[in-house]
Amino acid sequence: MNEAVSTPSGSSIPRQVLDAVVVRFAGDSGDGMQLTGSQFTRTTAFHGNDLATFPDFPAEIRAPAGTLAGVSGFQIHFSSREVHTPGDQPAVLIAMNPAALAANIADLKAGGLVIVNTDKFTKRDLEKADLTSDPLEDGSLSGFQVVPVQLSTLTKNAVESLGLGAKETDRCKNFFALGMTYWLFSRDMALTEEWIQKKFKPPYDEANLAALRAGYNFADTVELFHSGYEVPPAKLAPGTYRNITGNQALALGLVAAAQLAGRPLFQGAYPITPASDVLHYLSTYKDFGVVTFQAEDEIAAIAATIGAAWGGSIAVTTTSGPGVALKGEALGLGVMVELPMVLVDIQRGGPSTGLPTKTEQSDLNIAIYGRHGESPAPVIAAQTPGDCFYAAIEAVRVAVKHMIPVILLTDGYLANGAAPWKLPDVASLAPIPVKFADGPSDGQEFRPYERDPQTLARPWAIPGTPGAEHRIGGLEKQEGTGNVSYNPDNHHRMTEIRQAKVDRIAADLDPVEVYGDDGGLLVVSWGGTFGSVRAAVDAGRTQGMKLGHLHLRWLNPMPPGVAEALARYDRVLVPELNMGQLAGLLRQRFLVDTVSFPKVQGKPFKVSELLARFQTLTSPEA
Amino acid sequence: MSTVEDTPTDVPQYQKKDFMSDQTIRWCPGCGDYSILSQVQTVFATLGIPKHKFAVISGIGCSSRFPYYMSTYGFHTIHGRAPSFATGLKLVNPELSVWLVTGDGDGLSIGGNHLIHVIRRNVDIQLLLFNNRIYGLTKGQYSPTSEEGKRTKSTPMGSVDHPFTPAAVALGADASFVARTVDIFVKEQRQVLTDAHSHRGCSFVEIWQNCNIFNDGAFADFTDRKTRDEKVLFVEHGQPLRYGTAEAPKGLVLNNRLQLEAIDLDSPEAEARVLVHDETNLLLGTLLARLQGSADLPVAMGVLYRVQRPVYEAGVQAQLDHAAAKPHAGDLARAIAGPSTWTVE
Ligand code: SF4
Repeated sequence: MNEAVSTPSGSSIPRQVLDAVVVRFAGDSGDGMQLTGSQFTRTTAFHGNDLATFPDFPAEIRAPAGTLAGVSGFQIHFSSREVHTPGDQPAVLIAMNPAALAANIADLKAGGLVIVNTDKFTKRDLEKADLTSDPLEDGSLSGFQVVPVQLSTLTKNAVESLGLGAKETDRCKNFFALGMTYWLFSRDMALTEEWIQKKFKPPYDEANLAALRAGYNFADTVELFHSGYEVPPAKLAPGTYRNITGNQALALGLVAAAQLAGRPLFQGAYPITPASDVLHYLSTYKDFGVVTFQAEDEIAAIAATIGAAWGGSIAVTTTSGPGVALKGEALGLGVMVELPMVLVDIQRGGPSTGLPTKTEQSDLNIAIYGRHGESPAPVIAAQTPGDCFYAAIEAVRVAVKHMIPVILLTDGYLANGAAPWKLPDVASLAPIPVKFADGPSDGQEFRPYERDPQTLARPWAIPGTPGAEHRIGGLEKQEGTGNVSYNPDNHHRMTEIRQAKVDRIAADLDPVEVYGDDGGLLVVSWGGTFGSVRAAVDAGRTQGMKLGHLHLRWLNPMPPGVAEALARYDRVLVPELNMGQLAGLLRQRFLVDTVSFPKVQGKPFKVSELLARFQTLTSPEA
Repeated sequence: MSTVEDTPTDVPQYQKKDFMSDQTIRWCPGCGDYSILSQVQTVFATLGIPKHKFAVISGIGCSSRFPYYMSTYGFHTIHGRAPSFATGLKLVNPELSVWLVTGDGDGLSIGGNHLIHVIRRNVDIQLLLFNNRIYGLTKGQYSPTSEEGKRTKSTPMGSVDHPFTPAAVALGADASFVARTVDIFVKEQRQVLTDAHSHRGCSFVEIWQNCNIFNDGAFADFTDRKTRDEKVLFVEHGQPLRYGTAEAPKGLVLNNRLQLEAIDLDSPEAEARVLVHDETNLLLGTLLARLQGSADLPVAMGVLYRVQRPVYEAGVQAQLDHAAAKPHAGDLARAIAGPSTWTVE
């Protein structure tokens, strides 16, 4: 520890102060890029920057080494100001091999810095990356500042004395790269050093530490860079912070919701990307009484969830697109039997297996319409990684209060992206009142479909309660008694009630607030595109565009005031990572001529592409 | 895991009618389901469990209307998935007596996956599979237990599907309790239901049930008073595997090809050779389950296999208890903060 170089030494290289930087680490899936990125993220957060990250991994677990299919990337945007997105274009690219370089160089800013591991540029390496010429020599990198580094050799020299095998030695090179990056941004390495010591056993702890420090010292002494950089801390609101991904926040939100309700949490799940982490995280909260059930399939997962809801638990099933399709029938039963539960869909590229590791917002339609029969369900979408915590609590609150299955949408981008998150004050989180029905004291038959006049919720009567014995099921129910009924008028009435139950949730929702200008172009977003759209609206307004931003967290029902807000603007633009699902929904509900801005590339919106679209819609000829 | 209080000491003395609901029963007159309903209600009254502690869960099909006719808690779920609903309920409410009612289509066709997994996990429920070897509710298509060559509406030239033997499927899924009975065998059925209840773990009970509309007489060879004795072997743990009439008693022996073989019990030597039923012997249970009643062999009824092994929800609960004893258990603020935080002044 003692010889750690934890502050820039007295090297003569100048240090430039920057407002914001975007860095991308790229390498083979075996190169530890996600780990490198998350260490850099931690240190950056502790330094006090606001930040957003975008891990981008291949669908294959281990594609052949060195190939384009195996490239794994991690992008971080950090700033001394507020950050909403992981950034459009990196200014710094760390490329561990030719494939990583080839797959990412097009995104690098003109004049950007690219650190290349030249040890991996043999003829064979180039072939693996489908390259016919060496980019280090063919002039294709002339528009960038190329920093060639013999990363593998230098790492080998640094750890030589520890007697590791060749393979193990090479595994340390990501820490060498990280050390260089720390130097570049004047970062204290203490956190990473501590982490390495905790995480790795001897001699790997020593080896990784040696590589990290060697990288730092190398950058410092060899005068590799023309300049080092400094990104001062952001002015975040006072409080205690942690870094959090959407999936971590979601898991914690579910745990918190159950504790607020005073009931155990039950999760039914089947492994699926990108939702599996929620199962992993929740299975570590057994000390909260959390039961995680890894079911035999998606249908069993939701069926067990409904069974647990009947039994009085805070019941949730977590999945992604294909799983939602499989759960459709059971969710319809949930609507019919009116039990409280939450289905979380962490959206990914579809249809079918689609793009499992990439983000998309294309499940809005299936969330709202994706069941047979008239089967309405409330839908809420989280807007930032940290908001997954609050959205989970809100989904549970509505499910319990209104006795209804709620769908919570997040997406791959929120799920895996990290951001600093101000810890909530646990004591200030409002309890979720739960009242189980008792059996009637007068010896009468219990009436499972008697309703609360306000919410139309039916009683939550859990098996084991004396006198409240009742039968529920998928057949249509007679209002009040809950007996099977084929009566035509009753079916019509019950269908209306199920819709009214959803509509009445709107009474609990805050009226919409439009951000920005009152008039001009209204940009409407939902879910995980909040950050990109907000950043673009801010940027557009600084350029003099007249822009308003309406972000919808609840999609069904919509909060009060949407129609009025839409009417106040000349035009309405709806950017979505789908082919226009919200745009269509707004047209259908409000007869407004929305302009759709669809994108389905498995990637979030870039601020620049949104700005370009705003430009065309706000220019006088538009 | 639940707030439901423990069983009171003064369990009411029930009669069968206490378990009958006020709903009109809609099965076809003469359907075997009536007898099963009656036996279940009768047995429930004898188990010493308060009525509100029973939950009956079913899938879809004729048999799955069952919960509506019981005055207990009941859940008529979706096609084939009842085992998963039961698993969820049992995990959060382990002290309930959960009874699952399914059929050959519900349990072995659309729900085959869930059936094997609830058995494999050994969730402590009673799983009653009414096997009528036909689809009744959808009006007469062949089922996964219909015999090869069966002519139905969907197989006008005869079915080419090979059927399942439900008890063998259960054994293949590592069931801890497998029994078989018949709708109209009142006394034996009640005994099997009682045994199923007292077993801790997933008790799989195949009940042969006559669908008098679409598959009448499917089990007539075995239920007919004239032939019953010669074709049905009622097994009992520790007792010889004997069947047949008083005049012509028969017994089962294991031949040198590891097959069950029938012998006439016409001498003390023959009597001595008869196998004794050991319900903990998986090989014997499997051989018994697979007897189809062909040639001079019988079919086996009663508890074919029973062993103790860990119960799923108990294992889950043990982990929760273990975790709850950890320092800082259930400390939400601590969990939210995670491994590292920093403070902005
Ligand atoms: S169709 Fe068959 S199984 Fe169904 S109720 Fe009628 S007789 Fe019973």
